[in-house]
Amino acid sequence: MGNVTITIDGQKVTVPQDYYIIQAAKEIGIDIPALCYDPNLEVAGACRLCLVEVEGWRKLETSCSTKVREGMVIYTESERVVNMRKEILQLLLDNHPNDCLTCQKAGECLLQQYAYRYDVKFREHDGARRPNYVDTSSPYILKDDSKCILCGKCVRTCAQVHDRKVLAFAGRGFDTRIVADGDFTLEESSCVSCNRCVVVCPVGALVDRRLLGKTRVWDSQIKGVKCKACDYGCNFEVISKKGKNIAVRAKAPSQGRPLCLKGRLTTEFIYLDEPETPYKKVNGKFVEASWKEALELDGIFEKLVEEEKKGVGAE
Amino acid sequence: MTNSIEEILDADAIFVIGSNTTENHPVIGTFMKRAVKNGAKLIVADPRRIELAEYADVFLQIKPGTNIALLNGMMNVIINNDLHDKKFIEERTENFEEFKEVIMDYTPDRVAEICGVKEEDIIKAALIYAKAERAGIYYAMGITQHTTGTHSVMSISNLSMLCGNIGKESAGVNPLRGQNNVQGACDMGGLPADLPGYQKVFNPEVQEKFERLWDTKIPSKAGLTIPEIFHAAEKGDIKFIYIMGENPMVSDPDINHVRKALTNLDFLVVQDIFLTETAELADVVLPAASFAEKDGTFTNTERRVQRVRKAINPLGDSKPDWQIIMELMNRLGCNKKYLHPSEIMEEIRTAVPQYGGITYHRIEEEGIQWPCPDINHPGTKYLHKDRIARGKGLFMAIDHRESAEVPDSEYPFILTTGRVLYHYHTRTMTGRVEGLNKLSPRSYVEINEVTANKLGISNGEKVRLTSRRGSIITWAKVTDIVDENVLFMPFHFAEGAANYLTNTKLDSIAKIPELKVAAVKMEKVGS
Amino acid sequence: MAEITINGKKYKVEDNITVLEACRKIGIDIPTLCYDDRLEPHAACRLCLVEIVGRGKLETSCSLKVRDGMIIETHSERVIRARKDILNLLFSNHPNDCLTCDKSGDCKLQDYCFEYGIEMGSYVGEKKNYPIDDSNPFYTYDPNKCILCGKCVRVCSELQCTDAIGLENRGFNTKVVTPFDMGLATSKCVSCGNCVAACPVGALMPKKKEKYRYWEINKVRTTCSYCGVGCQMELLVKGNKVVGVEPYKGKANNGLLCVKGRFAYSFINHPDRLKTPLIKKNGKFEEASWDEAYRLIVNKVKEIKGQYGPEAFAGLTSARCTNEENYLFQKLFRAVIGTNNVDHCARL
Repeated sequence: MGNVTITIDGQKVTVPQDYYIIQAAKEIGIDIPALCYDPNLEVAGACRLCLVEVEGWRKLETSCSTKVREGMVIYTESERVVNMRKEILQLLLDNHPNDCLTCQKAGECLLQQYAYRYDVKFREHDGARRPNYVDTSSPYILKDDSKCILCGKCVRTCAQVHDRKVLAFAGRGFDTRIVADGDFTLEESSCVSCNRCVVVCPVGALVDRRLLGKTRVWDSQIKGVKCKACDYGCNFEVISKKGKNIAVRAKAPSQGRPLCLKGRLTTEFIYLDEPETPYKKVNGKFVEASWKEALELDGIFEKLVEEEKKGVGAE
Repeated sequence: MTNSIEEILDADAIFVIGSNTTENHPVIGTFMKRAVKNGAKLIVADPRRIELAEYADVFLQIKPGTNIALLNGMMNVIINNDLHDKKFIEERTENFEEFKEVIMDYTPDRVAEICGVKEEDIIKAALIYAKAERAGIYYAMGITQHTTGTHSVMSISNLSMLCGNIGKESAGVNPLRGQNNVQGACDMGGLPADLPGYQKVFNPEVQEKFERLWDTKIPSKAGLTIPEIFHAAEKGDIKFIYIMGENPMVSDPDINHVRKALTNLDFLVVQDIFLTETAELADVVLPAASFAEKDGTFTNTERRVQRVRKAINPLGDSKPDWQIIMELMNRLGCNKKYLHPSEIMEEIRTAVPQYGGITYHRIEEEGIQWPCPDINHPGTKYLHKDRIARGKGLFMAIDHRESAEVPDSEYPFILTTGRVLYHYHTRTMTGRVEGLNKLSPRSYVEINEVTANKLGISNGEKVRLTSRRGSIITWAKVTDIVDENVLFMPFHFAEGAANYLTNTKLDSIAKIPELKVAAVKMEKVGS
Repeated sequence: MAEITINGKKYKVEDNITVLEACRKIGIDIPTLCYDDRLEPHAACRLCLVEIVGRGKLETSCSLKVRDGMIIETHSERVIRARKDILNLLFSNHPNDCLTCDKSGDCKLQDYCFEYGIEMGSYVGEKKNYPIDDSNPFYTYDPNKCILCGKCVRVCSELQCTDAIGLENRGFNTKVVTPFDMGLATSKCVSCGNCVAACPVGALMPKKKEKYRYWEINKVRTTCSYCGVGCQMELLVKGNKVVGVEPYKGKANNGLLCVKGRFAYSFINHPDRLKTPLIKKNGKFEEASWDEAYRLIVNKVKEIKGQYGPEAFAGLTSARCTNEENYLFQKLFRAVIGTNNVDHCARL
């Protein structure tokens, strides 16, 4: 495949011709803000934050869905672009709860990051806001619709696993929501608590319930580990505070694997100082389970316990 | 410092002479002010009404260059009031009688005349110092940068011994070292007659020790001091100078002379983090890493060896100074390699007895104060505890001597130099900080209101200052901080640099230039 | 020694310390906004309240000395309720802008609201609305974020001893001010920033050149490179850039810094920094490789040494460099070149 050379913010870069502008920018260390873009997901062009100005083109283009062309001259932070981003962020904030004070996502939230970067603040207004609907039915995922910015990343990642496809858009316009299996709670739905959706959510709409209230991200140390439940080794993170491992969360599936609850619980069991009770879904209800049941490890459970005793530390 | 910074808080009396502590050692300044709040008495002697003067029980606004007279006067009062520590003098010192003879000439009325202060203030200061159970003396360049610098330091030590203020807590003789690691540079043998640990180059035993350690022959003849080096360079005797992290083109007296010296060389190497005024003259400039880009140790004014840690990678192709020197040494045939500064410290431990017990591991959390001879030694909070290092403390009989240059009809003012809170040395670092330049933008000269009136100079106007060595233009700051015949300039600024005017005359022992006293004339510059 | 009971467990502690100090020694976390172990207890924020069995009202543990036989509850329902109420009151009169507040991630009020589950201030009423004092080149004061813990005033007075600021008025109108509320620029303030370091919230904030969130930075402890006091500090690092400095409590500095140590760090990543060796050719500097520079120096050393001997050399080592570097520099001159002509600016 051929290469093309383009100019981004005055820097020349040569990239393969099927690259999107956002990818080319990344090559030279230019970080274009984007809420709905994820290189591992289908392109959506939904959040519009990645808009850039292309010399000679009348309207701004979403850099996540516009391919590079030879000789293109691009501005990623021109006044016009920045003003547009500010406007988009302002509209998102207008429809978002102002609770960074205690929000679990604070410190990792892309909306917070970009609001800070472009100096956009919450403002008082009397207009309508998203309904304050919080799905607390799952012990693994907390789904807070009021914080959702409808980027659709969760829907796209869920759809990547053939037999899941639990999450989907429902409703139109202002009433658009993300729902599970039509409109069920996570508990009632076919959700298998793999937390793929939590991993990709850019804001606090989908958070790992088992982390809730335990720590702020900035007060904890985070170490990546490979899951030991099967040979693939999906990526998890062990979160520790004051020298104690307090939580585990999903990070990214391994090639060709979907991430799973069993893996997550196995990782919790191995690494955590005081693992919390595991839950299993039985006939559409979450019920407390023994670790033996949760890990589906009748025979080798004892062996694992022994392993744990020998002290396997986070890598 | 013989004693520690934190001990200031428990002093009964503090005598600050020739140190504008709150501007030049600001954090030590806070300790002094806190001590005063806790009830300590404060004596301040300085040609300028510095901030500490406001907190002082006695403030002695002495003429520049009269430190020894003042100290002798105070000691005269102490002896005549029978307040000296006879037991201490008897047991731990020698040569008291000869010393006393000289002191007897310095009656308070005579000293008051020499120093330009009130007789009763001298008496008051002497009594405060002598009556305090624990009294510490704190001094800086106001004492040392005189042709009588070494003698002034000896006078301070006389006063301290006279009242038994050596070898005990919250007392002592405490020079406040100016640069972050001037203590360490001296400790490490950055002196022409001293190998690391103040071991003399001309001592055969020392020479043998280092020749074994370094596996090579070393010279036994004492080397030249900086002023001597520049003189030799100007004469053509020195051909090659290597300057690491210094900027003598701003910091040294008589800049015209420094320029002549440096441009007369065959080869000049300058190693620095910026292209300084000195680096401009170099044949080769080597880019060094800043303190944030390397590991190592600094030794502070209270002899505490503390860690410096690498926070970021060296910028561009710059390298830590130790690495540059090591690589050069390797190319010059010395094959010793160090992978990390901690390995150099291991060598220092074997070379310097005072650092024998200092390892990176031990100073990880908190620095250790030398002397620390072995790995189990906790370090030394204050010196001369049970006995004075040389055996017996020696009283030195010292007379007041006038500065090398005194005002006359042609050059009627005494110019004294110093520093301000908002800048550091030659401003290679602070000059690049916007906020500091806002607070302290340019060179200035402090002029007493009366003098300014006489010469028709108003605040902020341009004035020309001229000495026998040079002439500069600077801005007037009309104030009551200085006396009528005294002018003060900070030396930081390359433009309107005070060191074009200063005197290169040296103290004959320490070779320190008389930066604190120069005779100058001043005139208003029409705008 | 005193024997006391805390949360049902017995402990032996020194008898001249406060309940708060005892708890800290034992490892029990008690929230405080106005406490600083270097300052006199102030009991202003009331957050360190504890319950003493046998006493009617809750007591501030920072100002209460332990007594033999004391039975203390640090996290009883009553105590928690009182703390929640205090935090609720404080946040009700505090701007809700953690989204972009630079203190976020390092804010005590935020920490405790998270810990005690205060999601928003539920008291509705008048909020402070003062102008921000932006007049100092290094830091700003936003009275609207001030929770009136008084730490800044006490640090300025008790430790820094500059007395540039004080508390003025009473009740709702209380405010930290310079004399006559004339602003920081014209006050006695020496820009040491020790008040800024003490502020538990976002009221006193350093001015930033570089935007960063607290959670994006690494802290590296080191020794200040300005004067000889040897203050301990932490460099705040983002990427390969030093973006700030915070004081660290070392023996020599007691957690204080001066204006230079605290705010004069921008020289480190300054564009003027030398980034490559330079060799002068025909009076002009040209960029060179290390190898070229070294080779030139080595040749000159050999040439001059051969012609004039080692005494034609002199080196100025540096009071700015580390011990290790000074040691090597004099070793270079003495052991390799063979002269004692090594000195530094100790006299300047």
